[in-house]
Amino acid sequence: MTADPSTEPAPAAHAAPPPARDLPGSGEGQRHVLVVLVLDRPGVLNRVASLMRARNFNIDSLAVSRTDREQVSRMTITLHGDAVRVEQAAKQLYKLVDVLKVQDVGATDQVVEHELVFVKVRATDQNRAEIIKVVELYKGRVVDIAPESVIVEATGTESEIDALVALLRAYGIKELVRTGAVVMLRGAGSIEEALKWEGPAR
Amino acid sequence: MTITKGEPAAAPGAVQTAPDATAATRPERRSHVPADGSASAAAVEQARREMLHEGPRQRIKRTRIGADALMEALMLQGADTLFSYPGGVILPIYDILGDYPEIRHVLVRHEQGGGHAADGYARASGKVGVCMGTSGPGATNLVTAIGTAQLDSVPMVALTGNVPAALIGKDAFQEIDITGITLPMTKHNYLVRDADEIPRVVAEAFYLAKTGRPGPVHVDFTKDALQQETAAEHPTLEEVIAGLPGFRPTVEGHPKQLKMAAREIEQAKRPLILAGHGVLIAEAWDELQAFAEKTQIPVAWTLLGIGAIDETHPLAYGYMGMHGWKHVNRAIQSADLLIAIGMRFDDRVTGSVRTYAPYARIIHADVDPAEIGKNVAVEVPIVGDAKRVLEGLARLAHEVDPATRQPYFEQLAEWRRESEGSSWHGSGAWRDGLLSADYVIGRIGELTSHQATMVADVGQNQMWVARYAGFRRPNSHVSSGGLGTMGFALPAAMGAALGNPEAETWAIAGDGGFQMTSQELMTLAVDRIPVKIALLDNKKLGMIRQWQEIIYAGNYHSSHLPGPDFLKLAEAYGIPAFKATTTDEVDATIRAAQAVDGPALIWFEIAEEQNVLPMMPAGKGLSDLIETWGPEE
Ligand SMILES: Cc1ncc(C[n+]2csc(CCOP(=O)(O)OP(=O)(O)O)c2C)c(N)n1
Ligand SMILES: [Mg+2]
Repeated sequence: MTADPSTEPAPAAHAAPPPARDLPGSGEGQRHVLVVLVLDRPGVLNRVASLMRARNFNIDSLAVSRTDREQVSRMTITLHGDAVRVEQAAKQLYKLVDVLKVQDVGATDQVVEHELVFVKVRATDQNRAEIIKVVELYKGRVVDIAPESVIVEATGTESEIDALVALLRAYGIKELVRTGAVVMLRGAGSIEEALKWEGPAR
Repeated sequence: MTITKGEPAAAPGAVQTAPDATAATRPERRSHVPADGSASAAAVEQARREMLHEGPRQRIKRTRIGADALMEALMLQGADTLFSYPGGVILPIYDILGDYPEIRHVLVRHEQGGGHAADGYARASGKVGVCMGTSGPGATNLVTAIGTAQLDSVPMVALTGNVPAALIGKDAFQEIDITGITLPMTKHNYLVRDADEIPRVVAEAFYLAKTGRPGPVHVDFTKDALQQETAAEHPTLEEVIAGLPGFRPTVEGHPKQLKMAAREIEQAKRPLILAGHGVLIAEAWDELQAFAEKTQIPVAWTLLGIGAIDETHPLAYGYMGMHGWKHVNRAIQSADLLIAIGMRFDDRVTGSVRTYAPYARIIHADVDPAEIGKNVAVEVPIVGDAKRVLEGLARLAHEVDPATRQPYFEQLAEWRRESEGSSWHGSGAWRDGLLSADYVIGRIGELTSHQATMVADVGQNQMWVARYAGFRRPNSHVSSGGLGTMGFALPAAMGAALGNPEAETWAIAGDGGFQMTSQELMTLAVDRIPVKIALLDNKKLGMIRQWQEIIYAGNYHSSHLPGPDFLKLAEAYGIPAFKATTTDEVDATIRAAQAVDGPALIWFEIAEEQNVLPMMPAGKGLSDLIETWGPEE
């Protein structure tokens, strides 16, 4: 017994076989930053995180905080993916009932973007001054000094922080924590003002 | 207070009564399953009529608790049937259920059955289906049904109880994080800890379930929320909408996109409409037909798009996909334009995307923007409700003279003759004179004048229903498409029969799927729900056996499935049953089942090794169909 898979003959009008159809989302990935305004309701972080996991999107960083509007919180999600995939992530996020607004600002250079890092670095009497100098060059500062360590604090873009951390590694990093990026559009434009919601009824 | 069906209520203050009300002063409880013709049946009927139409609402002689607010809210939403199973934490609801005879409570035999029944009710009626279960195992038993509704965009509200708020998080008896479980498989879910929240949350749940792309919404109530006194008012629709600022579905297709689509349609030489479930959900069947006729474009359909167009319509071309008709898949593979309405290019429809419809540009209309561009890239995206989009397209498109499509139509007709004429189906007796499943399905279609609601299970039986029943009426076909849930047919048919009592209702199940939820036979018997069951018994997990035969080199394991004596089984439940093993017994048994006033079962002993062909092996493309297998008949 053998299978008889029929092959569809191309219609006469087409001489050459057509190129294969693109698979959406299979293009080259870039870094994107999604700003997500959400209603501050129970479980909303769980909903966003669960969706990203279930839809197979890998979150690089996630920062969550209140905004100045009642009941509105802001999430900043950084992730990698091609434009179609990230757009799909945004559309899926929009399906969450608690999500008010999603904006991909990763493609613009019209944003300020920073994250904050604390690094606990091994320090000795011999190199402490040197560490402080390096840190100052990177617009960071030392916020705690102990006999065998210092805590360095710095803010900057992801790559600026990466560079500082790479330098500090030479001295020995005991502990490190980063907040993940937060961003804001330059100029007068405001994601919050673009919200069509006046806030909770009173 | 007067509560009118489907309309927001006045202030519920009137319901409140003196706190000294005791159980003794309650109105007499009424059974929800009274015997036909009995006094209590008449009383239920009378109460229901009074409630829903003219009569004044009987005053409840006790305080109004959260459970009352829930029942009021259900009635305001027009719910008339509740498929449910009791348990400790929802006993406060059962304690007052007798005061709401206008809601028919169907006591199922398993919560999964209740969930599928609510689903079938919704699909057959177009209304929101409601099911309920207790905390812990009652809630987890609902999960499969909720998932089924989620993947098929079925409007459903699933209610569960949970332990008292103070015990949440303590691993209390029958406590499970059910909202955590349903979170990724519902349109939205809630945990209600306060009775005052109940009216708002239930109103939101119904609004979300049925608006935009429908789906299941799950509401979990702590026991104390159901027991607390409350005077909370039911919100108006405007208040509900205002309270959901993140939910604003787009209904109207963008005019610019519609214009682009009209231009594509004008230029196409071999266009094809792909009709999906969205057409049925939007009740857009007339608009679909009008658009197809005006533009003279043939219509193919997905599994859940069956019934979007009358299959006997000259432009109705057929069922597509993995087990679709070869002529339909051929038409897709050679089309220069696909107009996809309310479908989602599921992998069972496209096969390998890389080789899918290689010559076609694609117009894709869906109410859910996330579906567009998700599985295939499209040239013209249109976000909108199928009805509005089809209206818009029909308005913009030019009338097409069928004569100009002559060569195309001739080609399609030839492919169709060839594929429908294949000796691999429709043959009545299959090899060795054994009963052929497609023949049985065809006869049920004929003898119900193609007007019955047919609820399929999953597996080969589902594909035979899709291919051979011949559907002519919207919502006459019900099937678990996305999740492919075995055990769906019997309970879903139970719900479908109550959702659309005018239509004769058939459950078509394989022996495997039937044995997964057959306990609902008792529900059918007790509640006298007149579902006719066609059990297609091949003594196999037929679809598994088929894959093992064709794809796994005949290495059969666990696909042989011994079953009980189904006549005795039905008899034990008090359900009349018939058996057919040969072609000439088929019509008589169908007629006999139809003649039963109430549920009935037919045990069709079909050929054990019949395959559903053609078949597109998983991972292959629509042009790679396996059309024949084994010795020719
Ligand atoms: C709950 C569940 N378990 C397993 C499967 C996998 N499955 C798909 S079809 C099938 C066989 C179905 O057998 P039967 O119900 O007898 O129908 P037939 O294919 O024989 O018509 C199985 C096991 C499923 N779809 N659902
Ligand atoms: Mg079987």
